[in-house]
This record gives sequence, C-alpha cells and structure tokens, in this order.
Amino acid sequence: MQSKALEGVKILDFTWIAAGPLTTIYLAKCGATVVKVESMAKPDGVRTSPPYIKGKAGLSRSMQFSNDNANKLSIAINLKHPKGIEIAKRLVAWADIVAENMRPGAMEKLGLGYEDLKKINPSIIMFRSSFAGQEGPQSRLSVTGTELQGLCGFTILTGYPDRDPIPPWGAYTDLTVPALSVGMLAGALDYKRKTGKGQCLDLGQFEASLHYLSPALLDYFANNRSQTRNGNKCDYAAPHGVFRCKGDDRWCTIAIFTDEEWNSFVKAIGNPSWTSDSRFAGFVERKKNEEELNRHIEEWTINITAEEVMNLLQGHGISAGVVETAADLLQDPQVKSRGFLKKLDIGEGETLSHQGLGFQLSKTPYETSTTGPGLGEHTEQVCREILKMPDDEFIELFTSGVFE
Amino acid sequence: MNSKSTTSASILESFKVLDLTDEKGMLCGKFLASIGAEVIKIEPPGGDRARNLPPFVNDTPGPGMSLYYAGYNTNKKSITLNIETEDGREIFKKLVKDSDFVIESFSPGYMRKLGLGYPELSAINPRIIMTSITPFGQEGPYSQYKPSDLMCFAMSGLMYLVGDPDGTPLRISVPQSYSLGAAEGFGSSMIAHYYRERTGEGQYVDVSIRDSMIKTTIGILPECEVNDRVMKRGGAYWVIRHKPNKMLWACKDGWITFRLHGGTFALATNRQLVKWMSEENMADDFMLNVDWENLDMDQADDELHRKFEEPVGKFFMSHTRQELFEGALARNIMLLPVSTVEEVANSPQLEFREYWDEVDQPGWDKGIKYPGAFIKASETPCVKTQPASSIGEHNEDIYKGRLGFSNEKLALLKTANVI
Repeated sequence: MQSKALEGVKILDFTWIAAGPLTTIYLAKCGATVVKVESMAKPDGVRTSPPYIKGKAGLSRSMQFSNDNANKLSIAINLKHPKGIEIAKRLVAWADIVAENMRPGAMEKLGLGYEDLKKINPSIIMFRSSFAGQEGPQSRLSVTGTELQGLCGFTILTGYPDRDPIPPWGAYTDLTVPALSVGMLAGALDYKRKTGKGQCLDLGQFEASLHYLSPALLDYFANNRSQTRNGNKCDYAAPHGVFRCKGDDRWCTIAIFTDEEWNSFVKAIGNPSWTSDSRFAGFVERKKNEEELNRHIEEWTINITAEEVMNLLQGHGISAGVVETAADLLQDPQVKSRGFLKKLDIGEGETLSHQGLGFQLSKTPYETSTTGPGLGEHTEQVCREILKMPDDEFIELFTSGVFE
Repeated sequence: MNSKSTTSASILESFKVLDLTDEKGMLCGKFLASIGAEVIKIEPPGGDRARNLPPFVNDTPGPGMSLYYAGYNTNKKSITLNIETEDGREIFKKLVKDSDFVIESFSPGYMRKLGLGYPELSAINPRIIMTSITPFGQEGPYSQYKPSDLMCFAMSGLMYLVGDPDGTPLRISVPQSYSLGAAEGFGSSMIAHYYRERTGEGQYVDVSIRDSMIKTTIGILPECEVNDRVMKRGGAYWVIRHKPNKMLWACKDGWITFRLHGGTFALATNRQLVKWMSEENMADDFMLNVDWENLDMDQADDELHRKFEEPVGKFFMSHTRQELFEGALARNIMLLPVSTVEEVANSPQLEFREYWDEVDQPGWDKGIKYPGAFIKASETPCVKTQPASSIGEHNEDIYKGRLGFSNEKLALLKTANVI
C-alpha cells in the first residue's frame, strides 16, 4: 500500500453543513484520521438532504452527506451531558487539530473554546471557520454561504448590467474557502511538528472569499469604480460568450483573444461571407460590434450540437467548451480518465459516485475509500481504539445516554 | 530527516518558490507568499502576459498598471528568464537546486519537452515539489484544449446552474475558475509540503482547474445519478429539493439574500422574522399560523412557497437593505444584503477586523487597499501585503547575489535575450 501524505494526523471534527466538512474531507482523503462529532439532537444538517438510499429518509441515508464525509469516522456524543463534554475533552487530548464552524461563541459555551482546549492540549491547533471571523459587529449572525455570496459581491457581479443580479448556485462561498483552509492547516501541522506549538486559526469566509474578487476591489480602491455585472463579456476578448446550440437547452462557450485565433475561427466555420465585413476586422471593431458578431455566431451554432462546436473549434486551437450539465459530467471522458468520480457501495445494493479532489499527488495519492459514516457508526471503535476505554466504562456511559 | 528548522513565526519562512505561472496559477504563488515563502516569479523577457489584463490604475494601460496582475502577485519577487534557451534552462536548474516548490501553468507537456519535467527536476533536487495548474490536468482527452476561464467555468457544471431558466447560462463577471484552481494548487502543494518535511521526499502535484470547480456544483451529481434529475438554473431561485427556493429578494433600494429553510435549523430565524413582521403589522394569517417547527421543505409545494413569498416579499420591499441588515443583526435572522463592490470596500466588519492592507505600489500616484490575511493565525500570522514587483526587478539580486554571476555574464545573457 502506498503511504498517504497526512498519515498519522489526528483531527477532532465538530464541523457541519458545508464549509467545514468540505475542508476536513481533504485531510481525511489524504490519510488523516478524522473523528466527526455529532449527536442525535444535533446531527450534521446535510444528513437530512436528499437523495436518500432507496429514497427513504434517515440520518444515515443521505447520499450528499456520504459524498461530503467520505473516509471520516463518526462518534455520537451528547454534548449537553456533562460526561459527554468529558469524552470530547479526552479526544481533544488525542487530537492534533480541533475543527469547528459553529456560530462564534458556541464552542466557548460548551467549554471548548481555544483557551479551554489549550489547557487540555497545549499544542492543539484549533481551526475555526465562520461567516465573518470570531469577532466584530457582524460576527455573531447565523448565515450560510447562500446569503454570504450576496454580502461578498458575487451576486451583484453576476447577470446583466440592466437586469436583476443572479445569485450563483447554492452556497458558493462554502466552496471557495476549503482549499485555502487546507493549505493553512497543512502548514500549521508542519509548524507544530517542528516547534511543538499549536495555535488558533480564525478563518472568516467573508475575508477569504474576497481574494477571488481582488480585481474588482482594487478597481474600486484605485479608480473609485464600483464594478457591476457584465453578462459573459470580457474586456479583452471578442467574441467571448455562451452560444445556443442544437438541442434542448444546449450551449457552448467561445472565447477569442487574438487575431490569429479569429482567423482560425473564420476558417473553422467555413469562411461565411459576414466574416469578411470590415466591422469584424480587428479586435477593436469586433468588440464594438460584439452584439451583432454574437448573433452571427449563434446562427451557426444553433444548427450543430454543443459537442460539435467544441470539438471543431478546439481542433482549430480555439477555446470552446460545452456548458455541461450533471448528466454530461457523469459521462465526461476527461472526468473518467482522471478518475475524479469514485463509485462506492453505499448500502442496500445502491452505489454512489463520490467526488474526488481537484489534484493528484504522484507519491501519496489521495483515496476515497469509505462512504460517509452513519451517525455514531464508530462510537464504540473510537472509545476502544482511540480512548482505550475499558468495556465497563463504555457500557456505563452508553446506558446513561452519553452517546446519543 | 531532511527537514528545515523553523524558528520564526511564519509558516514558509526559509522556503523558496519558483513561480512560472501565468493568469491560470498566479494566485497559488500569492497564497504561498502570504504565509511567508520567498516566491520568485519567473517571467519571459517582456513579462507575463497577465500584466496587460484590465482594469488598470487610472484606466491607463501599461505593464506596471494592471490591477488584475497586481492583486494576484503581491509579495513576489520578479526575475526574467527565457527557459526556451539552453542558457535559460541551465540557470533555471541552478535555481531549482535550492528551491522547495516549482509552480507552473503551461500546457501539459511543455516543461517535459524543455527537459524541465518533474523527473529532471527531482533528479536535481529530490525535495522539490512541482505543482502544475492546468484546465484539465496533465493527461486525458481534453488535456491539450485551448484554455479560457470561461470554458473552465462552463465545463465544471456551474455555469448551467447560473442564470434565468430560459436565458443564457452565465459566469460570475470577475473570472473565478483560474483562481479556484490556483487555490487548489495552494492547498495541495501544502499537503505535499507536510509530507516532504516529514520524509524528505518531494513529489509532483497535478491540479485540474475544472475538477476544482466541479466541487462548487454541490448537490447536482448525486441528484442526477440517483434520481436521473438534471438540476438547472433558476434565476433568483435555487432549484433544490424538487421545489425552487427563492434566494434573491428585491427590497426598497436593491436586493437581499434570504432563503426559506425548514425544521429546527431555521426555527429561530423564521420565528424572529414573523415577530418582526407582526410588529409592523405585515404578518398575514398564513405567516402567523405556520407550524415552523414541523415545516418540512421536502414536502413544501408551490402553493406554500407562494403563500410565503407574498407577505415576505412585501415586507422586504418596505425596507432598505441597511434596515434589513440591521434588523437581521439585532434579531439573528439568516439574511444578508446584496452588497455593491463599494459597500464591501467600506464594510464595518472588515474594518473592525483590520482586514485591508494599505499598499504603496511604486509608480502609482497613491497607496491603495488590498485584501489582507485570508485567515488569522495566532502563532504564524500571514505576512503583510507587499506590492507586486516590476518585470525583472530582482534580476541583479538573484543572478548576482544568489547565483554569483558577474556583470559581464549578466550583460551577455541580456544580449542573448536569456534574461
């Protein structure tokens, strides 16, 4: 068996929903032991997200949850029970990292704030991901990535300038921050290994996500311009857009940045007469007459499939890509050749393709090996193997409702 | 083991990065620099093409004026080097000898063709981590596709989910795909770094921008695979769990984001909203009589959504964004305003957190603010933002200072268009 990059790393994971679990999943797939803490009273909210195994709802039946929590162990601990907190603290002593993405203040209320953790384990790394960071006038608001994408500016920057903005899909910011969190966590682990020092890592999803909007923010600070949405246009390319193709709701992108690409494009589509119009000669003219240019191009794309547009144009060295649907992605030859999706038996005779990570490591490949855990599936295993708990103690705690 | 000792409170202090990326990967090097690495950007003579990308300071194009470039290349040094020449390659290999990371975003195969692939670089320095950031990864049927940020966004599945149901699929106007791919490059390079420090072994990291983006389409793949249902864009609605759920709402002076959630997760927020609406006599019988505790969004039908949207929509329309935001903060309601860029720049929360870094870029008529630390680390804080370097600003420093080249050699290399 090949070794894993994060073998031996131990994570006590209080995260839930998206931004947190989608961070710790990198670590779990790269070989870290991730113990996810939940309770019957407060399960990860994604456990109640369909689709479910055999279409039947249940806390251990959500397919999305399995995708987001593969390779992790689950322990159920009732944190309202005093003995429950004691078990959690024993796991803090074991862990390298304690991860959480609750509302700021919630961990302190449980007696599991950074100061508390440090007393138990002086070299602990506490990773905290929240909407706006641990302090500040807005930090205590409970919100999700769905709302946060609006506050960050992603929404105002999506759509057409003369129409309502469009919120990007789902909870966009929950997906922009995990890779940054992972980079810092791997660094903090190395720092701890070398110096023995832990620390508190306070990630505000608002702050981290703004790095993806730097050009617009700098434009404001330098030029006092508050950028807005501009459809699919790009200041330095024409055409640059999404074109309707043959079929039901089928589309392909085309982006042309240079005259050389333009000439190839004209050739690729068979030198139609409109392309020799002086209004499309040179970038400046094409940009000026972009709407008309797009109309001409769509008259061509509408009669052929998106795949044909992509294949033909890519064959001529022009950037073009099918606007893929979920069904396209599941069949995509490139996705298949990368092994990005890994089919796992998820129980009761069903399978689910679990998504991978965005990279491959040559010597320590990541692996998606087990489905997301049932709630409390590893409670006994964690108590026995990690906490070395004697049988009678486990039974006593179990019967008094600590593991619910 | 071969690890370096770290004494200073910056994670990558004493680590060196050679950054060959263009716009596809430049944010990766920025993040490595922000946690303390010395990042040397290696540009072809004449500079990285990304230096020409708008917007520009004072709307004046020029190599030092691109805000797009400046934002994504902070805290890096810059040297020029033509790795397509024999001399250039030899110099590059010398630099690899005492570097820790090489990051690049050329077309797959380009570095190998130059004799600078991972096998060659690791023979020179087995500790090296080489990270390639490309649209589809190094191999496979699409790997040689001509790239664009737009194409990566479309092929990730995200674009199909953004826009009006009967309108054209849309991207976010500020390019996202390359940045998310670069962030994935940062995260994965650091995982490889942890392993390298533990074992002394470097490795090759192959990042796919598209795969990094697919993850943003959360929810759609299981739904399609299991239920054969292809989710699509819904304009102001998130088409999830069978029924479109409104997330964008108009108010007096713009829009806010808010979503009807069910069950215990949203119990407090829903009750608070009803309370607020009743205080203003805007909660109708429907709102007052919903059993919020047992509201199950999987069972919610169009009728329920309509009955909810009407009074809530009216309520939001009777307030400004600021009023709604303040009310949400006071009552802890899951609601946020749709900010303009100007409002983000003036956020009191960001000011309280001292988020922005004031940066003086030589050649600009004033210092401006930049996004600051992406995370607050108590023991190893991110370094303060320093301006991007001009083309070849550190040629003397690196070539003479580090490699010990004479003035004569430097002049010769310049003449031969190597640097």
